Amino acid sequence: MKWDEFFVTGDPMIYGADVSIVLTMVGILFYLTKYKKWKWLWDEWLTTVDHKKLGIMYIVSAVLMLFRGGVDALLMRTQLAVPEAKFLDSQHYNEIFTTHGTIMIIFMAMPFLIGLINVVVPLQIGARDVAYPYLNAVSFWTFFIGAMLFNISFVIGGSPSAGWTSYMPLASNELSPGPGQNYYLLGLQIAGIGTLLTGINFLVTILKMRAPGMTLFRMPMFTWSSLVTMVIIIFAFPILTVALALMTFDRLFGSHFFTLQGAGMDMLWANLFWLWGHPEVYIVILPAFGMFSEIISTFSRKTLFGYKAMIWSMLLIAGYSFLVWVHHFFTMGSGALVNSVFSITTMAIGIPTGVKIFNWLFTMYRGKIQFTTPMLWSLGFIVNFVIGGVTGVMLAMAAADYQYHNTYFLVSHFHYVLIAGTVFACFAGLIYWYPKMFGYKLNERIGKWVFWIFTIGFNVCFFPQYFLGLDGMPRRVYTYSEESGWGPLNMVSTIGGFMMGIAFLVLVYNMYYSFRFAKRELTGDAWDGRTLEWSTPSAMPPFYNFAKIPEVTGLDHFWRQKQAGKVEKLTANELKPIHMPSNSGVPFIMASFFFVAGFGMVFDWMWMAIVGLIGVFGTLIYRSFEYDDGYYVSVEEIIETEKISK
Amino acid sequence: MAHAETHDPNTPLEYRSEIGRLNILGFWIFLGAEIALFATLFATYMVLTHRIADGPALGELFEVKSLLIQTFLLLTSSFTCGLAVHEMRRHNVKGLITWMAVTLGLGLGFLYFEIQEFLHFIHEGANIGTSAAWSGFFVLVGTHGAHVTFGIFWVTMVLIQVAKRGLTPATSAKVFITSLYWHFLDVVWIFIFTAVYLMGMVTHHG
Repeated sequence: MKWDEFFVTGDPMIYGADVSIVLTMVGILFYLTKYKKWKWLWDEWLTTVDHKKLGIMYIVSAVLMLFRGGVDALLMRTQLAVPEAKFLDSQHYNEIFTTHGTIMIIFMAMPFLIGLINVVVPLQIGARDVAYPYLNAVSFWTFFIGAMLFNISFVIGGSPSAGWTSYMPLASNELSPGPGQNYYLLGLQIAGIGTLLTGINFLVTILKMRAPGMTLFRMPMFTWSSLVTMVIIIFAFPILTVALALMTFDRLFGSHFFTLQGAGMDMLWANLFWLWGHPEVYIVILPAFGMFSEIISTFSRKTLFGYKAMIWSMLLIAGYSFLVWVHHFFTMGSGALVNSVFSITTMAIGIPTGVKIFNWLFTMYRGKIQFTTPMLWSLGFIVNFVIGGVTGVMLAMAAADYQYHNTYFLVSHFHYVLIAGTVFACFAGLIYWYPKMFGYKLNERIGKWVFWIFTIGFNVCFFPQYFLGLDGMPRRVYTYSEESGWGPLNMVSTIGGFMMGIAFLVLVYNMYYSFRFAKRELTGDAWDGRTLEWSTPSAMPPFYNFAKIPEVTGLDHFWRQKQAGKVEKLTANELKPIHMPSNSGVPFIMASFFFVAGFGMVFDWMWMAIVGLIGVFGTLIYRSFEYDDGYYVSVEEIIETEKISK
Repeated sequence: MAHAETHDPNTPLEYRSEIGRLNILGFWIFLGAEIALFATLFATYMVLTHRIADGPALGELFEVKSLLIQTFLLLTSSFTCGLAVHEMRRHNVKGLITWMAVTLGLGLGFLYFEIQEFLHFIHEGANIGTSAAWSGFFVLVGTHGAHVTFGIFWVTMVLIQVAKRGLTPATSAKVFITSLYWHFLDVVWIFIFTAVYLMGMVTHHG
């Protein structure tokens, strides 16, 4: 292989990216060395098993991926702003929409939510840690390495270009030669391992680590939504694992699962992909629903309306999520009966979702609403998500879908549900729990600017796309003619896209500004919250979370204690030593070997893949022989940390 | 968490530490994910089973003798694995290691005959690239075989730890989890026996 096949060449933007990657790396190395931060980095972050730190690392990675996926989006919108544009060529455009979709779903939305789940859920259920802290670190690092492997594709070897759905035969060796599609397969496979482990970890955590008195029907709604999400993960992700493995076999070892030769079946890929992919939609929307429930309840000063209906509707959605996958390909020859069945199940899933919308509205009804930034995002969610939901029902009608399938109508619909649902929730949740993670609030005034610029930009960007779709503009085209008449609306859409980009920059500025100037929170209860995570006396909970595990007596336990004026003060004599797990560098090293193995397979260098896999198994064996029972935090240290006077 | 806990003397050793209980529950859930994984592979295989292109039909090459030997070895290994856990419950380390060693031997025997069978198929002109049906066969049965291979390494590592440390709540939980894994492989094999081999032979020979 020649060097110019290994590195992507020929495009000035790629050279720019090369330079900026090298400069960033040099900058980071320089900073770490100059300020002697290597030991700190290793001890505090790379080897940590603390769920709160892992959660923060998930969120930081997700924000970086939001930037990368957002730049992809702006490149696309720039190309589409005017007819016959020459900004990107068709291959480059294909690569960009493929990586945009994959990164936003797999490496942005899911990690962002899992990050917040990591930070919040153990605190909400009154646990000292998750069930498997070490495994939690393995999950994070496999996600991170999978994401990095996928991301380097655009400078080394070339990006995948078959869409985030990677339909066969488009993704086959014949139509997608080179390493690009392999990056997709291996990057997702490695990250998927981490997701499955997270699913098991948090299912056991929520089932087994709850504080005394917290029955299932006293759990906060965010914890409930996480529980349901984990169940979906456990049943959906193995399907993705198999689908990716089968396509890897097709591409690297000559099998015929999805090929046109050897009697393979390309539609089998579409079925397997969406049999995972549709539940995936609910994996990224249910935790969002949970967050909105918490936020709306907190800032309406009322208990969530219809708590049990919320739970049952969520369970119903989880079940339905596995029964609707064919609606992704109504037009691909499934036949009238199959289409009708999946049309009905698809429409039916709107019912439990509608139940939730009404419950949020009734929670606000007669509440004392505070228009904080997390609340603004929640209100914006309700309006915009309903627009996305209604157009979703339009798409669910199989016969009508023949009109707008694969047009911008569809593009607009899923951006309305995914951005208004998941991205709004990520912002809302980030701002809401920011003081819990960092000890200060983000600035509210700047935060409101972010909200308005983003939400207006979002509607300016995507609302015209409904009309472009109805006017026949197909998705995935890299340019269009003047005569089509699609030019003006596309220009409007692009302007909206850039407004969202500006809002992102203002959000980042807000983080910087608040870090410098925001008032530090001391109480730990920044928003006058209702659930247990707000009950730790310090703004950031210490590594062991709770000095004394709370005893829960009902829903919104902490809120009712505050109302009754019965918040207990910690006293030194009720403290006991706390058992905690030790840090470990093994998860990081194991994930690094995964990177070696994955990189080898991407380029079909089997020696390298084998070296990497031996490393992975070596770290597994090393861990198995390691008998580290953790350590105890002494009562003196707890007294010191909690600042209790004797 | 691992404070001195009081136990009913009838509680098995592997359930005596909180970490042991959590790991066992987590492993059950992992097996749930494994069921989803194998179910997907089975579904794939079923869809592709008659798509043989120009290659041989699946049932044409299956042989009863090899199938029965493999089945006998694997089902017996599940039984001896159960005996090993039974010995563990009686705190008999030697019995545990002996019966687990027998289990591993039977597992190795299974792998030997499976590999022989695969080589035979390849010799007869059926490999992973022959047709969609054979791709489905090799990946489904091969995934099971890879699981058995992994299991043999895993059980060996755990036995070394038992020999070094004796039976503790930690080591016994590991033994118990590997036994769950081993029985699970047996269950999967019963489905492969039926859905792949029996159905393949029935459809071919009528």
